[in-house]
Amino acid sequence: MKLELHIWRQAGPNIKGYFEGHTLDDLDEHMSVPEMLDHLNTKIIKSGGNPVAFESDCREGICGQCGFVINGDVHSPNKGTTTCQTHLRSFQDGQTLYLEPFRAGAFPIKKDLVIDRSAFDRIIQAGGYIGVNTGQAAEANTLLINHELAEKAFDAAACIGCGACVATCKNASAMLFTSAKVNHLSMLPQGKPEASNRVKNMVAQMDMEGFGSCSATGACEVVCPQGITMTNIAEMNSRWLWQNLK
Amino acid sequence: MLDSRIPDGPLEDKWQKYKAHAQLINPANRRNYKIIVVGTGLAGASSAASLAELGFQVEVFTFHDSARRAHSVAAQGGVNAAKDYKNDGDSVWRMFYDTLKGGDFRAREANVYRLAECSMALIDQAVAQGVPFAREYSGYLSNRSFGGVQVSRTFYARGQTGQQLLLGAYQALMRQNAGSNLTLHTRHEMLDVITLNGEAKGVTIRNLDTGELTSHHCDALLLATGGYGKIYYLSTLAMNCNATAIWRAHRKGAFMAAPSWTQFHPTSLPQLGDYQSKLTLMSESLRNDGRIWVPKLVNEKRAPKDIPEAERDYYLERRYPSFGNLAPRDISSRAAKERIDAGHGVGPMKNAVYLDFKDALNRDGQPAIAQRYGNLFDMYQKITGMNAYKEPMMIAPAAHFSMGGLWVDYRLMSNLPGLFVLGEANFSDHGANRLGANSLLQSCVDGYFIAPSTVMDYLAEVGSAKSKKDATWEAAAALSKAEVSKRLEHLLKIKGNTTAEEFHKELGQILYVKCGLSRNQTDMEAAREALLALQKRFQKELLIPGNASEINFELEKAVRVEDYLEMAILIVEDALQRKESCGAHFRQEYQTEDGEALRNDEDFKYVSAWEYKGDNQYALHKEHLNFEFVELKSRSYK
Repeated sequence: MKLELHIWRQAGPNIKGYFEGHTLDDLDEHMSVPEMLDHLNTKIIKSGGNPVAFESDCREGICGQCGFVINGDVHSPNKGTTTCQTHLRSFQDGQTLYLEPFRAGAFPIKKDLVIDRSAFDRIIQAGGYIGVNTGQAAEANTLLINHELAEKAFDAAACIGCGACVATCKNASAMLFTSAKVNHLSMLPQGKPEASNRVKNMVAQMDMEGFGSCSATGACEVVCPQGITMTNIAEMNSRWLWQNLK
Repeated sequence: MLDSRIPDGPLEDKWQKYKAHAQLINPANRRNYKIIVVGTGLAGASSAASLAELGFQVEVFTFHDSARRAHSVAAQGGVNAAKDYKNDGDSVWRMFYDTLKGGDFRAREANVYRLAECSMALIDQAVAQGVPFAREYSGYLSNRSFGGVQVSRTFYARGQTGQQLLLGAYQALMRQNAGSNLTLHTRHEMLDVITLNGEAKGVTIRNLDTGELTSHHCDALLLATGGYGKIYYLSTLAMNCNATAIWRAHRKGAFMAAPSWTQFHPTSLPQLGDYQSKLTLMSESLRNDGRIWVPKLVNEKRAPKDIPEAERDYYLERRYPSFGNLAPRDISSRAAKERIDAGHGVGPMKNAVYLDFKDALNRDGQPAIAQRYGNLFDMYQKITGMNAYKEPMMIAPAAHFSMGGLWVDYRLMSNLPGLFVLGEANFSDHGANRLGANSLLQSCVDGYFIAPSTVMDYLAEVGSAKSKKDATWEAAAALSKAEVSKRLEHLLKIKGNTTAEEFHKELGQILYVKCGLSRNQTDMEAAREALLALQKRFQKELLIPGNASEINFELEKAVRVEDYLEMAILIVEDALQRKESCGAHFRQEYQTEDGEALRNDEDFKYVSAWEYKGDNQYALHKEHLNFEFVELKSRSYK
């Protein structure tokens, strides 16, 4: 299988980037996109060049480390799929692919396809937890949580922190990421005592990091590898509003 | 010489007795002690958060860009606890016995009992953190069954239990990072342990973004850096999983225990081609409802749906009627390899077996199966392009979990005072084979419940006087930093023609073929020669682009592969000396007439602990295992 690649190269955060062309004609359709880059990098290194910097760790779609934009599609041309789970059989033989990093002001580019998503960690740090110390917990079955609620909490908790929602949003908004964590914790009885500070502090941190506003286009939920839905955003808005009305 | 420091007394009182007598440090004085934690998986994040909650000064390092990425995130199936919510006869004792037996009686009774004893509190802790475990309609927690046991004691969050537990620990860690007791450094990799008079007193760290090397002082060092199954190159592990932290500690004097005990997971996806970089795991929980079979005919060409029942060999049900498809991992993997080697393998490379849900789908209907395994079936479709509701999955064994690791005593402290090793990085609780859903448990129990007590006990024992950051320490730190710097420069200067990854693939192939699912003396001796030759070539032919003062993923890989190459030689050494079959270690020379593992308790009832002597030389120490509370039995799942 043959692909013509144009890959974003950028030596450092404040250095001008450009697309670099490579043609690969010995590819296998069952290779994943990172495996294609491994293959390319081996060729580049052996010919004395500078390999493409990219990140990918678990390669099974759960660690959230990978993710590029491929021909304008965040992560993948396949809906709800991470880059590492995208195989070359998703493309046509002979196709041209443009590979770029996720782009957002709050995710500075570090090198080539590697970006800095530490803003997400700081949003979690602002309140994305339940404040229970080790040892304080009560017997697990003393707290009953009905099946539907547990499933709904899981749906929100499944976020892998990849940043695709931000990268695809025209405003580079982190509302889907933030709301998923706010709702996961605040809908559960364990998370209720801190619910009002949680939403206030996490939203404030999100704004401080420079993420944009949500204009409800719904682009985020289309690319989310875990299928986290936009209803989370509405739910968080309501939590935030009530908190401010108090 | 190896003192496991197991408390005296009845098995069920040991941990309570230890805790009752462990020394404490006044809350106001705890901030005078500095603890370094390397790794932010379940064991690292949970221990760091718990120690910071107690008031110690904690500094945490991870090579990942975020603490949430550690490979604990990928564990799918569940976490065990002896809650006996099912009223199916479970108890701490039964869980202890299942685990000890599952490990083929090559673990310490006291450690295994403690693991089972602390399991219930872990579920309580995780629920309090907001981990959304599966629930019954009544609101009570739900359980399922896993391999190697006959009770349902596994708690789960769909097929993403590891992710949910890790997020709980990560959130607890970030909560502490917001406070004044803990500082987290991402994209920082540990490249050496600083020792002073044989005690661990700090680490040399490389900033992976700038290449800067820094020295960090501590009173206690906790390594929670995970397993080394990736040494086989093709494995279920993440690309960056490595042994460098534990290997560097080993070179500084910490003993490496049972390095040859690597578990091959029976339900991974098979290799499809040479380009492949990893083997994706499908949760073992699938074996609750899936039936494993191969065609009876060698070189079968028909599609699975066209093969009638009478021509299918459900080999696990045939060989192990009482456990069937839920036989433990080592046994299931070996049985699959046996059928594949005999020519019954399926798939394009004839390297897989079928995992068939036809009967379960007919019995329970597609919606019920989708609710249990929906995300696993989706994942299977994404990777293979095949629909497992319509045709059986194809699965194969893959390198997975390291039962071996740095030797630790009951306190989880290595033979180097001050060096604690947690989670998969240590050898402790699983013997020669780990049972499913016990790894998340062990990481969490080590981190939340054991280390906070034992590290404090150790610190109180040595006192703050011993921990000065004086001129002697500075000299040791400078020496360590110079050694690391020299090593990196040396690797960069080789300028050969082979990448680190190419060496890693060669290494993995040698190890998989000659010291993998089954081993024999002749093959392993050949492996040793091949590995020594590969190690020499690595030093002559390695090619790393770029330099040491920038983001350089190739340099990161080369350092890890260099350590893997050295470790592989010890793995073969360890497998050679153990002239018996036990758990995941199957020596072809030592098997029963019907092909089962033949253990030799008389001569090998010990854990090997290797001392580094330099130049691929090691001295063997033995920790003899005393079984005071259970009778050793030949392990049978028939």
